[in-house]
Amino acid sequence: MNFTLVVWRQARAEETGRMVEYRVEDVSPDMSFLEMLDVLNEDLIVSGEEPVAFDHDCREGICGMCSLVIDGVPHGPERATTACQLHMRHFKDGATITIEPWRAKAFPVIRDLVVDRRALDRVVQAGGYVSINTGSAPDANSIPVAKHDADVAFQAAECIGCGACVAACPNASAMLFVAAKTQHFARLPQGQPERTRRTINLVEAMDREGFGACTNHYECAAACPKEIPVRFISDLNRDFIKAAAHHGRFGTLPPQGDLEE
Amino acid sequence: MLDARIPDGPLDEKWQRHRFEMKLVSPSNRRRFRILVVGSGLAGASAAASLGELGYQVDCFCFQDSPRRAHSIAAQGGINAAKNYQNDGDSVFRLFYDTIKGGDFRAREANVHRLAEVSNQIIDQCVAQGVPFAREYGGLLDNRSFGGAQVSRTFYARGQTGQQLLLGAYGALSRQIQAGRVRMHTRTEMLDLVVVGGQARGLVTRHLVSGRIARWAGDAVVLATGGYGNIFYLSTNAIGCNVTAAFRAYKKGAWFANPCYTQIHPTCIPASGEHQSKLTLMSESLRNDGRIWVPLGKDDARAPGDIPEDERDYYLERKYPSFGNLSPRDISSRAAKEVCDEGRGVGPLGRGVYLDFADSIARLGEDTIRARYGNLFAMYEKITGEDPYRVPMRIYPASHYTMGGLWVDYDLMSTLPGLHVIGEANFSDHGANRLGASALMQGLADGYFILPATIGHYLGSASIAPIGTDHPAFDEAEHGVRERIDRLLAIGGRRSVESFHRRLGNLMWEHCGMSRRAGGLRQAIVETQALRAEFWEDARVAGTNESLNVSLERAGRVADFLEFAEVLCWDALQREESCGAHFREEHQTPEGEAARDDDRFAHVSAWEYRGVGTKPVEHREPLVFENVALATRSYK
Repeated sequence: MNFTLVVWRQARAEETGRMVEYRVEDVSPDMSFLEMLDVLNEDLIVSGEEPVAFDHDCREGICGMCSLVIDGVPHGPERATTACQLHMRHFKDGATITIEPWRAKAFPVIRDLVVDRRALDRVVQAGGYVSINTGSAPDANSIPVAKHDADVAFQAAECIGCGACVAACPNASAMLFVAAKTQHFARLPQGQPERTRRTINLVEAMDREGFGACTNHYECAAACPKEIPVRFISDLNRDFIKAAAHHGRFGTLPPQGDLEE
Repeated sequence: MLDARIPDGPLDEKWQRHRFEMKLVSPSNRRRFRILVVGSGLAGASAAASLGELGYQVDCFCFQDSPRRAHSIAAQGGINAAKNYQNDGDSVFRLFYDTIKGGDFRAREANVHRLAEVSNQIIDQCVAQGVPFAREYGGLLDNRSFGGAQVSRTFYARGQTGQQLLLGAYGALSRQIQAGRVRMHTRTEMLDLVVVGGQARGLVTRHLVSGRIARWAGDAVVLATGGYGNIFYLSTNAIGCNVTAAFRAYKKGAWFANPCYTQIHPTCIPASGEHQSKLTLMSESLRNDGRIWVPLGKDDARAPGDIPEDERDYYLERKYPSFGNLSPRDISSRAAKEVCDEGRGVGPLGRGVYLDFADSIARLGEDTIRARYGNLFAMYEKITGEDPYRVPMRIYPASHYTMGGLWVDYDLMSTLPGLHVIGEANFSDHGANRLGASALMQGLADGYFILPATIGHYLGSASIAPIGTDHPAFDEAEHGVRERIDRLLAIGGRRSVESFHRRLGNLMWEHCGMSRRAGGLRQAIVETQALRAEFWEDARVAGTNESLNVSLERAGRVADFLEFAEVLCWDALQREESCGAHFREEHQTPEGEAARDDDRFAHVSAWEYRGVGTKPVEHREPLVFENVALATRSYK
């Protein structure tokens, strides 16, 4: 198969980027989308050009590192599929494919298709966990959890933190991400003591990082490679209203993140 | 002779006694110590978090954009623990025994027993963090039997156990980052270890976005940098997995133990062409209902459905009638390679065998098969475009895990004082072969429970002089790092780094993969040296140091693999026996089974660096078995 690729190239954060056209030839339909980019990059390197930078690691759809907007859709046209698990057989021979990075104020472009997603880590740092020190846990079976609750918690916990939900949202909101993180714990007894605090801290952190607000477009859930259902957002909203109403205050956590380098 | 410093006393009292006898660092003194943790997978994240909780100052480094992306996340199966929740006769001793036996009697008894002891605490810890393990309707935890174990001791979270455990550790780590006790450095790669006065005292790193070379001084260094399975180029590891951190430490004086113990997983999706960048594991559970076969004749190009029953060779059922398709990983892997070497392999590259569910579907119905393996079948179809309900799956073995690693003593400290090594990066607990669902257990045991205790003993008893990053050892290390980067950028050859990695992978797979022989290993050493020379003349590394440069990152890692390959081959050559995942063709029984040689090889081989291209020096740690009798397995 042969393709024309139109790819976002941007040498560094401070520079202006542009779309650049490349040809890739003799692509096998069994190649993954990233393997097709590998072929392009090998050609570029051998001809003395710098390869297209893109994030990737596990290439089996679980690490959440790959982050390409393909023909306008985060992770491309296949439902419930990360870009690394997308194969070229789903494209028409001879097609022109556009490839862009995640676009969101909270995800500045680092280079080409690589963006800075540390905002998501900082949201988690604000309280996306159960506060327990190593060694202080009771016997695992002393905390029974109804199977249904455990299954729903698992569904929320499946989020791979890729940020496709943000990239898909017209407001660049991280509501689905925050909903998945909070509802994973909200469904479990272990998560109850900090439920209120966690809800407020995560929502505040999300706002602080420059993510937009949710106005119910549902694009996030459509783009999510793990099919995290949008109903978790309504559960989060309910938790948030409850927390804000009953406790009458927002958190006071100072902004804090990991170091630049 | 190497001394592992195993505590005295009966096996089941060693760890508790040792915990009492070890030096402690008082809570108010801990903040005076800085610990550098490299890696943020299960071992690294759990260690960094636990050390932060104790009050140490911690710096944690990872090359990904977030600590949550480390490759532990991809582990599917589960995590073992000796809880005996199923009342089926499990115990700490049984988990210990199974692990020692599974490792083909090439692991240290005391370490493995300690691993089994802390296994239960890991489950408690993870459940308290909110890890959503599978549960029964009664609300309690579910278990399954895994990897041929006769008890159900594996805890799991669907096919995503690694992900859920890592998110638990990442949560704990995030909490310490928020508390200011851990400073997290993402997109930062360790390029050298700094040794001062014989102690590991710091790191030189490269920031992968700005190219900035930085120095970090600490009182101890912890490597949790995973395994080296990507030496085979194609593996189930993530693309970024590499040997660089461990190999740099090796070049600075830490000895590398048992590198030849590399595990090959029998059920992966075969490569579809030369462009293949990685392989995907399919759960071994598929072998419960699938039948493995290849055509009887060579170069049979017919579609599988057109090959009549009497022209098929169900080779595992034929050779190993009592275990058949469930024969152990290494036996199944070698048998698959054998039939493909004979020209009977299937699929585009002739490197695959069929895993056929037609009989099971006929017997149990498609719905039952769908209920058991639906997600795996869907994954297979996504990758290959073939429907395994209609057409047999194709599978082939792939590099999956490495049992070898930097040598560590009972306290998980390497031969370099102050350098601790945990998780897959060390060699300690799996012997010559790792059992299913034991990797996650070991990573978390090391990180949550063992290292945080033993590193205190080191910090409390060693004399560690205060130093800054202006020490000449840092100048020297940084100079070496810069020089090497400049050299890589200056090669100016014609071929991509990727192409060298691919060639190295083929070479290692052919001669130092799932079966090895002396002649092939010697040849591999010679060819690796030639390939390395070619790399330094003809590789092309684009761009500059001062930017995000994927080509440069990759070049550094491949250059290290090109050197490390020789160590692996020397180890495989020297170990003139077959044990666990290490199969020497010269050493097999008349039935083709691995022939272990306990009289000559019941020891750990640890290799000391002596220069590029020079044979490293072997040191031995004898393995003493006081609590188990050495047995030989049979799967006939």
